[in-house]
Amino acid sequence: MTTKSATGQSPERVGIVQTKYFTFDELVLENGEKLGPITIAYETYGQLDSKRANAVLILHALSGDAHAAGLHQGEKTPGWWDSMIGPGKAFDTNEYFVICSNVLGGCKGSTGPSSINPRSGKPYALEFPLITINDMVNCQKRLIDHLGIEQLLSVAGGSMGGMQALSWLVNHPKSIRSAIPIATTPKHSPQQIAFNEASRLAIMADPNWNLGKYYEGNPPAKGLAVARTIGHITYMSDVSMAEKFGRQKKGSSQNEKFTADFEVEGYLRYRGDNFVKRFDANSYLYITKAIDHFDGFAGKPVQEAFQHVQAKVMVIAFKSDWLYPAYQSQEIVRACKIAGLQTSYCEVDSTYGHDAFLLEIKEESHLIRHFLKKIYYDYEVTDGYSI
Amino acid sequence: MATPYNDIRPDHRIILEWVTTNASVLDLGCGSGDLLYLLIKNKKAHGHGIEINVEEVYKCVAKGLNILHGNLENGLEDYKDKSFDYVVLNQSLQQILRVGPVLQDALRVGKKVIVGFPNFAYYRSRLQILFGGKTPVNTALPYQWYETPNLHFLSILDFVAYCSKKKITIERKVFLGKEQQVQLFPNVFAQTGIFLVSQ
Repeated sequence: MTTKSATGQSPERVGIVQTKYFTFDELVLENGEKLGPITIAYETYGQLDSKRANAVLILHALSGDAHAAGLHQGEKTPGWWDSMIGPGKAFDTNEYFVICSNVLGGCKGSTGPSSINPRSGKPYALEFPLITINDMVNCQKRLIDHLGIEQLLSVAGGSMGGMQALSWLVNHPKSIRSAIPIATTPKHSPQQIAFNEASRLAIMADPNWNLGKYYEGNPPAKGLAVARTIGHITYMSDVSMAEKFGRQKKGSSQNEKFTADFEVEGYLRYRGDNFVKRFDANSYLYITKAIDHFDGFAGKPVQEAFQHVQAKVMVIAFKSDWLYPAYQSQEIVRACKIAGLQTSYCEVDSTYGHDAFLLEIKEESHLIRHFLKKIYYDYEVTDGYSI
Repeated sequence: MATPYNDIRPDHRIILEWVTTNASVLDLGCGSGDLLYLLIKNKKAHGHGIEINVEEVYKCVAKGLNILHGNLENGLEDYKDKSFDYVVLNQSLQQILRVGPVLQDALRVGKKVIVGFPNFAYYRSRLQILFGGKTPVNTALPYQWYETPNLHFLSILDFVAYCSKKKITIERKVFLGKEQQVQLFPNVFAQTGIFLVSQ
């Protein structure tokens, strides 16, 4: 498992990057409603080759954005999957043209409930229609068309990103040569819906939420912070929490009651409070709903789900991920098997829980690097007895 | 990178000979994928492997193979009847818990099944039990009793008898000693038996 690229260079960053924007007139949503104009924020890394055959679309999770790699001017924190995208990395920008866009319904540059509704001149808030994972993917398809790419080499993402990868497989099978769904599920279990519902209830219980109309006043920061806290608990594992925090107490002894006594409490409060600065509560509501309603097999029996798919698939799960347990990834593998797709599946050893797809870089890179190379060069192994 | 024919594992050489060109292959317990890779490279085979050990899975991925990480004892039920020209159980049969159901499933999903296993009745093993009074350890059975992955200790005669009882047709068979094929008294002199069976 080498971290060097084929050219022998050590991994490095893609450098300074800028978010770009693509706007199109209108999209007919899955529920029949029309929404427009729609702006999609996106970033690209690397160069599109002359055959336009090396484009890889990265799909982000619930709270992600278009800034997947590199640094924005003047910033110190790189994109959310910088460890995986760059020269010599898993998504090797010396080889591939990597695209990442912010999802429809988001709040990081793409049209969402916090965007201005052209009909009222005010933020949409709850006027924004209910959107689906398939709607998000249909916007990505428009972006890909705009970039002049007929077929993507691959689509890849973890968690909600993995759901989008499945949506690409089922709804745009001819537009992709491969898909890499990571730490994901074909559909949410009642337990997964329950966690999302608890998050939504927290937001809606905040008096500042005001039925979504808070853009001119104070946002429901307390509610959103609690929602994020619930999320963070589900992203980690028993072991990863024990390793990170133990039962360590925070230093200062305060006289107040019910302060954050333990390290883990301090961490959750810090992450919750921080999240409020960068995320819109209504987006959280819309996106979690889209996740809960997602059905990767489009309501069909597993036997039919991937009938028309030709793409090659690599499914990755992580051992300690109890939010998206491996059995759910195996349901995807099962559908691939039944459809006779060329499929690989690996359950990576990890103690990080669901967060593993952002942290188990070495193993994940190994799997993805070799898989992509196979797809890109489409190599048929012939002649010779070599091993 | 290229390995001369003679350096290929003797059991792999036999299987390579048996598998027809352009065949579809399911390799159950494919390890690091050497056999599957050889079959793809030399016989234009296609298919995939199932392997339980994650480190071996990484090696398969590095070879560009389609590999499913998991226990081969669950999951065969998803394949349709006769979906593969060959199902391979090479050096894995003796390590699986439910031999009967797995072999039956392999015969259902594969037109033909290739089975390779260490012969427990190899003469050195016999001598080690008879005179040493200890569980045999030799090139065919390289593990101490406390660390062996093998769950079943079968001989060539055991397998032949099993096939006859279960109405499994033995189409081809080859017996291997340390280096070369064994023709005479294979149940005594062979370390490994390789069978091509069907039902």
